[in-house]
Amino acid sequence: MRIGDFKETYAADEAVFRSTTSRFWLGVLFVLLLIFPFIASDYLLYMANLTGIAIVAAIGLNILTGAAGQISLGHAGFVGIGAYTSAVLTNHLGLPFLICLPLAGLMSAFFGILVGAPSMRMKGLYLCITTLAAQVIFEFIFVHWESVTGGIRGLNVPPPSIFGLKIDGEFGFYWLVLPVIILTATAARNLFRTRVGRAFIAIRDRDISAELMGINLFRYKLYAFASSSFIAGMAGCLWVSHLKTITPEHFPLHESIRYLAMIIVGGLGNILGSIFGAIFMTLIPEVLQTALKFFEQFKPEAMAYLYPLQTVVFGLLIVVFLVFEPHGLAEIWCRIKNYFRLWPFKH
Amino acid sequence: MTLLQADNLNLSFGGLQVLHDISFSVDDGEIFAIIGPNGAGKTSILNCLGGFYLQDHGTIRLDGQDISSLSPDRRAAMGMARTFQNIALFRGMTVLDNIKLGAHSYLQTGLLAAAFYWGSAHREEMRLRAEIEDKIIDFLEIEHIRKQPVSALAYGLQKRVELARALAMRPRVLLMDEPVAGMNAEETEDMARFILDIQEEWGITIIIIEHDIHMVMDISNRVMVVNFGQEITTGTPESVQSHPEVIKAYLGTKQAVAAGNS
Repeated sequence: MRIGDFKETYAADEAVFRSTTSRFWLGVLFVLLLIFPFIASDYLLYMANLTGIAIVAAIGLNILTGAAGQISLGHAGFVGIGAYTSAVLTNHLGLPFLICLPLAGLMSAFFGILVGAPSMRMKGLYLCITTLAAQVIFEFIFVHWESVTGGIRGLNVPPPSIFGLKIDGEFGFYWLVLPVIILTATAARNLFRTRVGRAFIAIRDRDISAELMGINLFRYKLYAFASSSFIAGMAGCLWVSHLKTITPEHFPLHESIRYLAMIIVGGLGNILGSIFGAIFMTLIPEVLQTALKFFEQFKPEAMAYLYPLQTVVFGLLIVVFLVFEPHGLAEIWCRIKNYFRLWPFKH
Repeated sequence: MTLLQADNLNLSFGGLQVLHDISFSVDDGEIFAIIGPNGAGKTSILNCLGGFYLQDHGTIRLDGQDISSLSPDRRAAMGMARTFQNIALFRGMTVLDNIKLGAHSYLQTGLLAAAFYWGSAHREEMRLRAEIEDKIIDFLEIEHIRKQPVSALAYGLQKRVELARALAMRPRVLLMDEPVAGMNAEETEDMARFILDIQEEWGITIIIIEHDIHMVMDISNRVMVVNFGQEITTGTPESVQSHPEVIKAYLGTKQAVAAGNS
């Protein structure tokens, strides 16, 4: 309950976590995240790490598609570029993780600006097709530039090292992903507290009046492409450090679409939405599989029909979400918060 | 002193001549109204001034400087602000964010500073918030709705928020396209009062398009009448009202009425 919560300065009113209650629960969440790796099994940690990488990538896509309104079908391609950059830098130059991470981001951002350049003349579906073309071109390069990418056999990389320390295994990797998530989420949230993020949303909502308000459309669309693909590149670096192997098959078009699904299910233009969406899209298939395994004990003969069914159930869940909660999981969260804000009173 | 000068503006879409040698000058600090029947080309004039349309030929000068070929965002940075006939607020944002967006062109924060936030970006945002609260939100009496999403507001309030956003641009010239269209008498009176206050207290030059002739005649210093893309006359409200061509454009002629009856 937060009643009688008055602000005396504009700074307090503009804070992201405005009330003591929300700061308290944020602290609780942080402590839980710190305890989690010590009590979780290796399988749970593996899932947490996968989810973490997806969260970073989804935050990136949400800046470009959710906030700035430029639909991208090439996000997996940008993640791939970051992953390959990081793999090559580690293999050939032996660079440590902390240097690979920003370099992978910068390389992706460079290609993001290239792909975003047609946005000067195109918008909406036409720009979307440009990003689709980029995705196809990136995949082609991953497969055919064998001297660098290793072709369809891909590359193997050593485990990441940080300050000379080799990070091997899920437990160690968890401590790499968590700070990157916190940093990306904070940076992305900050973006939307300033004129840059406001300009992104203005371009999405009404680009003509945005221009008349003094926003240079082309420059800010490029900013959106650059920041989104920079984060995608970092997600790629995390990806390759986690799996320690990389092939073109890891970054197909349907992976791009999965990222889109994450931000739509989670909530467009909402950082929290990216997090919820990434968790949903990564964990629900696993939950469904676990549920099936549980049923298998009782009726093993039905499994031949039930196994294909999990994809159907997963798809159905997404459709149901979009019908009943078009603003995504973040909106549900918002309602729950509003309910407890005045709890136990109704108004 | 002349602040804004337009010379021989010509605009055509394909074979349709929308503006035909429109020339006028607006003095610093005056309220200049453009009136005329539907389709006369009033909004096209504003769109040329704001840079949304590029005239075929003709020049526009702001404070002596030729801005005829500048892009809309550059003109906005030079002090051209605009409100729209059909409300063009950003629906995904709160009232406060919409107003803050108006200040875009004189804020400095870049991409990196924005991502880092603490430091220069934070200081700039706090200065902006204080300025908007003290000057604009207080002046337009919209304290109670500042945190609401604009899509939830009533029509009259949305128009007021749009005015607030234009004021946040620190304009020298404010272009208003039908600020009271669709408003009731009370809302119209409020808006007229705001427009007069903006002129008197803030010293902003206002160019206004409006069909509410009573309001136009009450508040404007000079009025330009256009019809079929051509200027009919320009002058004080009194002189314009008695101009025979204006009466013809608005009321028609006896011959036309007679021809219509027969």
